[in-house]
Amino acid sequence: MSRIAECFSRLKQGKRKALVVFVTAGDPTRLVTVPLMHAMVAAGADIIELGVPFSDPEAEGPVIQAACERALADATSLSDVIAMVADFRKEDGRTPVILMGYLNPIEVMGYAKFSEAAGTAGVDGIITVNLPPEEADSLSGALRGSGVDCVYLLAPTTTLKRARKICAASSGFVYYVSLKGVTGAATLDVESVARKLESFYSVSDLPIAVGFGIKDGPSAAAVARLADGVVVGSSLVEIVAGHRDQPDIIPDKVSRLVKSMRVAIDAAGQST
Amino acid sequence: MHDKLTNAGSNEGLMEGPDASGHFGVYGGRFVSEILMTALDELETTYARLSADKDFLEELDKDLAHYVGRPSPLYYAERLTNAIGGAQIFLKREDLNHTGAHKINNTVGQALLAKHMNKPRIIAETGAGQHGVATATVAARLGLRCQVYMGTEDIKRQSLNAYRMKLLGAEVVPVTSGTRTLKDAMSEAMRDWVTNVDDTHYIIGTVAGPHPYPKLVRDFQSVIGREAKQQCYDMTGALPDVLIACVGGGSNAMGLFYPFLNDSSVRMIGVEAAGTGLETGQHAAPLNRGSVGVLHGNRTYLMEDEHGQIMDTHSISAGLDYPGVGPEHAWLKDIKRAEYVAIDDEQALASFRQLNLLEGIMPALESSHALAYATKLAEGMTGQEIIIVNLSGRGDKDIQTIATIDGITIG
Repeated sequence: MSRIAECFSRLKQGKRKALVVFVTAGDPTRLVTVPLMHAMVAAGADIIELGVPFSDPEAEGPVIQAACERALADATSLSDVIAMVADFRKEDGRTPVILMGYLNPIEVMGYAKFSEAAGTAGVDGIITVNLPPEEADSLSGALRGSGVDCVYLLAPTTTLKRARKICAASSGFVYYVSLKGVTGAATLDVESVARKLESFYSVSDLPIAVGFGIKDGPSAAAVARLADGVVVGSSLVEIVAGHRDQPDIIPDKVSRLVKSMRVAIDAAGQST
Repeated sequence: MHDKLTNAGSNEGLMEGPDASGHFGVYGGRFVSEILMTALDELETTYARLSADKDFLEELDKDLAHYVGRPSPLYYAERLTNAIGGAQIFLKREDLNHTGAHKINNTVGQALLAKHMNKPRIIAETGAGQHGVATATVAARLGLRCQVYMGTEDIKRQSLNAYRMKLLGAEVVPVTSGTRTLKDAMSEAMRDWVTNVDDTHYIIGTVAGPHPYPKLVRDFQSVIGREAKQQCYDMTGALPDVLIACVGGGSNAMGLFYPFLNDSSVRMIGVEAAGTGLETGQHAAPLNRGSVGVLHGNRTYLMEDEHGQIMDTHSISAGLDYPGVGPEHAWLKDIKRAEYVAIDDEQALASFRQLNLLEGIMPALESSHALAYATKLAEGMTGQEIIIVNLSGRGDKDIQTIATIDGITIG
């Protein structure tokens, strides 16, 4: 069983929901990322999404755009990010790690080379924001057998017909982008999320994680009642940004928010 | 109307792209966030329906004739031709369109699409400001709300156009991310669109972006080539030997080239911006010096580094200062149907000045790149041969840039 499948099945047995955390790799420096990953796991994160910095992140709000700029200022490349995962795996063989980013760095590295490198390093999945399943045949073909899942996105504008296709193409889990907008833009509308999730669950058995617009304990708790996983991104990256001049204390500062999210999510789980 | 224009050689089937999923060979496609997929489907369906609808086409033709001022003349530049002493140079006068560039051919068409899709708000990206002005213009005419994204670097270079958009009732949104130029304006417009996709139509200004934009912008612009073909025949009794147009994203070039794609005797040359020189790295010439990648919704040639990060570009002309290029050009390059060359800032400036003095026509700095290559090429050709240069826009917007170079303060 893959680390992702194993993680969701373990959580399900314990009647808990996945806390998925996002940070941009190399933000503010490459040295911070691996210690930060370990600290977030220790604070209760179940799955790590590692943002691969890109010069033109079309779907990101200002917070993650700035994170990409800081990471690129420290020359963080896709190869560096894969190396960070290999480094992380020396001490953590259990926590799933997903690379999240844009197609071009993968395209330029080459699909076969990326698949080999990511699989060997212990990457468990990729979320490629600007790669819908329609364009993904050759990349998903290259990833077959590498142990790297392709996680696709669902959106509020996704029709049920498309949702079927997207869920069929996905492996590991699917990621529901809960609002129309860029990352970090607004707070989600719980009722509309509930309605959309109900229809998506009707066409797929895969776990669904919900991201975009989850900023704090209460919004995390609300989503935990509806979905299999809660993704927290921009609010963690904001903490990184706030301490960019003292990178040593970033793991500790970020962990505090991760812990409070964990508590909120677990409390929500028990109340249902 | 072109049945008289038979031709010795013929390339069959080059006008059939893109395929059903929006690809020109391996280029093009639809590489966007899931949020936009449904809107792009809707746009594709609406466009497919309307582009075969007699009433829609009549409405479009009427707007092109009475609002844009088409057909634009094909002008024989006799003094320029004589000064060079080679091939006859004809100018397709897109600079004489309403708002002063070819950009309005596309915005008139897309605004009609927006109206038919009941989208009350339109957004656009702009570099030189010509597309922004053309969008603000049609928005004013149809009573649509309009926001135009423009890099702060370009607002500085093209302050006149930024102000024109405001006078037309549009809001110019300054973009401060990245290099603060056209590519960042396009990213920012896409961010707006994912947020406001329900009530907003995004009028992309060039033959790039996700499918169906490269096709529909090309279709709206190909009025340039259709007219030029007929006009050239009427004036000379023959097809032109060479077509030359500048290429940033590539919409004026695609508009001129497309109706000639199957006419194999017609050479097509796209001119990219060599900036301070291709060897300096300070240029905007992805077809000459770039490699294949994915940006802004399509696979194409890009200016990118070995890690897949998009590189800064440079050109004296804001409209060519873009790291990508339309996917159909990428395909035409690979199949060798079109050639792509580059002209640097200095050569473009020299042609700008030359056309002013010899013909009393002030070309845009973008179009000056095409002119500069045409004058180089014409020299080695005979007086029987014909070159059509797409004079894609007028140069009034560049006066400030030129004055600064000349050390003159105006205004």
